[in-house]
Amino acid sequence: MARFVLRRLLQSVIVLLGVTLVVFLLLQLVPGDPVRVALGTRFDQQTYDALRARAGLDQPLITQYLSYVGQALTGDLGVSFRSGQPVTTTVLQRLPATLSLAVTAVLLALLVAFPLGVLSAVRSGSALDHVARVFSQIGVSVPDFWMGIMGILLFAGVLGWLPPSGYVALTEDPAGWASHVLLPAAAVGLVTASILTRFIRSSVLEVLSEDYVRTAEAKGLRPRIVVLRHVLRNALIPVVTVVAVQLASLVGGVIVIEVLFAWPGVGRLTYDAVQARDYPVLQGAVLFVAALFLLMNLLVDILYARLDPRIGVR
Amino acid sequence: MSVRKNAPANAPASSREDAPASGREGGPASGPGDGTLRRALAALRYDPPAVVGAVVLALLLVVGVAGRWLAPDGVNDVDVEGMLRPPSADHPFGTDELGRDVLSRVLVAARVSLQVGLVSVGIALLVGVTVGLLAGWYRGWVDNVLMRGMDVLFAFPVLLLAVAIVAVLGPGLLTAMVAIGVVYTPIFARVTRAGVLSVREQVFVRAAVSIGASDARIIRRHVLPNIAAPLIVQTSLSLAFAILSEAALSFLGLGIQPPDPAWGRMLYDGRGFVTEAWWLGVFPGAAIFLTVLAFNLVGDALRDVLDPRQLTVDEARRSGA
Repeated sequence: MARFVLRRLLQSVIVLLGVTLVVFLLLQLVPGDPVRVALGTRFDQQTYDALRARAGLDQPLITQYLSYVGQALTGDLGVSFRSGQPVTTTVLQRLPATLSLAVTAVLLALLVAFPLGVLSAVRSGSALDHVARVFSQIGVSVPDFWMGIMGILLFAGVLGWLPPSGYVALTEDPAGWASHVLLPAAAVGLVTASILTRFIRSSVLEVLSEDYVRTAEAKGLRPRIVVLRHVLRNALIPVVTVVAVQLASLVGGVIVIEVLFAWPGVGRLTYDAVQARDYPVLQGAVLFVAALFLLMNLLVDILYARLDPRIGVR
Repeated sequence: MSVRKNAPANAPASSREDAPASGREGGPASGPGDGTLRRALAALRYDPPAVVGAVVLALLLVVGVAGRWLAPDGVNDVDVEGMLRPPSADHPFGTDELGRDVLSRVLVAARVSLQVGLVSVGIALLVGVTVGLLAGWYRGWVDNVLMRGMDVLFAFPVLLLAVAIVAVLGPGLLTAMVAIGVVYTPIFARVTRAGVLSVREQVFVRAAVSIGASDARIIRRHVLPNIAAPLIVQTSLSLAFAILSEAALSFLGLGIQPPDPAWGRMLYDGRGFVTEAWWLGVFPGAAIFLTVLAFNLVGDALRDVLDPRQLTVDEARRSGA
């Protein structure tokens, strides 16, 4: 187990170094001078020189990269071209909004996917199973932002039950937060639910065909007990990891939903940075999310190895 | 979950019909296009959802090619007096905030989606297969360097990386295609490498090596035909994801630029009016949904027939295959 963790940790560090290189090189791909592009019509030599020096763009490329990695290691992701604020502070300020949306979406998804996936596997071939399979096929094909627009149309436009967009912090007004988070979380959650339903169904089906399940049935245990005590405990091990991977994906993957619902998270920050050509913020947000994504995947792998000791041995 | 519906799909093509089995290197090649595809298409006929998907895709292809001629109005014919008109006989999908015919724009935008899907997956296929072949065949440091590079690309959430690439290269159709192609490259590299690692240990490949066939010849005539099945499946499923990604980029204003229509962009432009003009939200979104659904139905059926053990993107992320 310790060797497995160490190996995965080392792999993650190497990949993280590669990630910093890609993010660093992104700025070099900007056609022309990124500072000139960012300044646009507000160009004046003094501001230009100051921004270039502050971003370290007057240094040789290799020095720039080493300095970028060194600063990133200390949590310094640079300074915004626009606001002059440290990028790390800006990203961390936006993180709670994204996390609250992603966690709510995954919880809503589980609420649907868990019973649907388990029941469709236990009653494989039944009408419910067909419903679950159609649901999951539709869910993976629907763009989440279209679901969001349909949600706005129905629940904000026609019924008037929920606000069409906006954000209230959970700590300030939990009820207001809940009413604002429901539509975006449901839009994202539907897609996640369809993926989870498929996965839970196939995982439960796989365990149902194991010998120990047949033995449990043969010794006369009631079906409910067999499912609860023998099937779910084993079937849910891979599901736990998939849920965590989905959560990690959502933290960096809800840009469109955050833009649609004016949700001030990291995705919206990335979008605003793109619009404003604020490259340090774009770089910082992308690096932060990718590092978080890597970290969560690493934790998932360790958790998986912990739950299923065979993984650490392979 | 998938049920294999016909004979062993992964049996090496070379061992069935190719020369090495009969001891003759360089015999009739089993190209990816002959046995595998024919078998898949034959099996698809008995899968009703796949037939529906294939019909939708065929219609979409017609619309994609002939959309401009099928469109009842010009896509950029502005009519300030006919703004936000609901669906009617004149405008079956209504008009948008500039009085343009939504049906015409939805029809013409099909070409953009198909074009981006095909070109971006083509880029991912070309680069990913090349990387996977080199990594799996030569192994050692080549494998390490190339696959760690793929791991790095896999470490980014897909849409985030695509947005970042388009942001620095500048928005537009070409950059959107390149960005989507780059983010889907690693999955093709992993699928290819896994296939090569398995095929290179087969007897017919060792026989070809032992009689002095060149690497390029063995890869072309023996390896590629035997890894065609998972690649065909991955291509069809990736097309669905690529079209979703293009719609998302267009929605963010990073795809094709106005006034040319794209389904995602139409949704973005119409989002402010959607509570008073539902048709602006419904029709472009339904077009994306049907297209992606059709690709998924065909892709799933192909997977059931050709490669039931194929990894999903999520599984591939986790496996490090």
